[in-house]
Amino acid sequence: MSVENKVKDIIADQLEVAVDKLSRETTFEDIDADSLDIVELVMALEEEFDLEISDQEIENINTVGDVIKYIESKV
Amino acid sequence: MIMDLSGKTAIVTGASRGIGRATALSLARSGAFVVINYSSSKAAAEEVKREIEGMGGSALVVGADVSDYGQCEKLIMSAIDHFKRIDILVNNAGITRDNLLARMKAEEWQSVIDTNLNGVYNCCRAVLRPLLKQKSGGRIINIASVAGIHGNSGQANYAAAKGGVIAFSKSLAKELGSRNITVNAVAPGFIETEMTAVLSDDVKDRVLSHIALGRLGRPEEVAEVVLFLAASANYVTGQVISVDGNLSM
Repeated sequence: MSVENKVKDIIADQLEVAVDKLSRETTFEDIDADSLDIVELVMALEEEFDLEISDQEIENINTVGDVIKYIESKV
Repeated sequence: MIMDLSGKTAIVTGASRGIGRATALSLARSGAFVVINYSSSKAAAEEVKREIEGMGGSALVVGADVSDYGQCEKLIMSAIDHFKRIDILVNNAGITRDNLLARMKAEEWQSVIDTNLNGVYNCCRAVLRPLLKQKSGGRIINIASVAGIHGNSGQANYAAAKGGVIAFSKSLAKELGSRNITVNAVAPGFIETEMTAVLSDDVKDRVLSHIALGRLGRPEEVAEVVLFLAASANYVTGQVISVDGNLSM
């Protein structure tokens, strides 16, 4: 599975949204994610891709596309 | 009121003696699997385990110094490895190094902060990831003290740590409410434990004159309140419950 699909699956699962509602342009605001949702999502991503995401990097994440780009740059 | 904890796992830090021991026994009596943490009294911890098994319960003894984050992580992981889940964390481990501030050494200050306050951060921090991942809520109960509410002469270090635990609990309750994880503090007054056994008769007499119920409390009487917060009290979070016989200091 591509990183893009894997990331979308994790986001859909963590934030309880349908995966087909997610595009690269979807912001976390669009899907009503609060700050703890983002933290939980980051924990799931760290586990899945075996990496550590710093607080600073989290601040730069606003859209689904940001997450995909970030993960692609790390794996 | 139903106090059924069957199928749930509880970790109690500092559970070999005193309030921690009474809490471990009381949670086990309600059906919880209990992780008995100790830092130095292994034999006493094993005794608590035997007592739990004697009444048909399951328990695991895990040594860990809560002032060390790595050891707290291991404590949580052992609990999950063994019982497959975690539902309740009771942060009870605590020490005293009483002294008037004018005489208090940096080490006496630091060790009490390290165990009584940093220990609560360490265990809560380590339990959060598995607790959030389970997505089935949870209960965190932090044992504070009346000293953390009113202050106490000779206990600036202890009172500072316990006051910190209260403010920490209220904040964490706000952070985790949306995940159905409740966080409360229990503030015992003077309870018959090894911690208060060292007080002189003079001090005890003075204390008793300030307690409406006219006696010290028993560890079991604190454990009852912890059990209530762990097993019931669904709509109670961010609170401090004093169990002090109405102590007015």
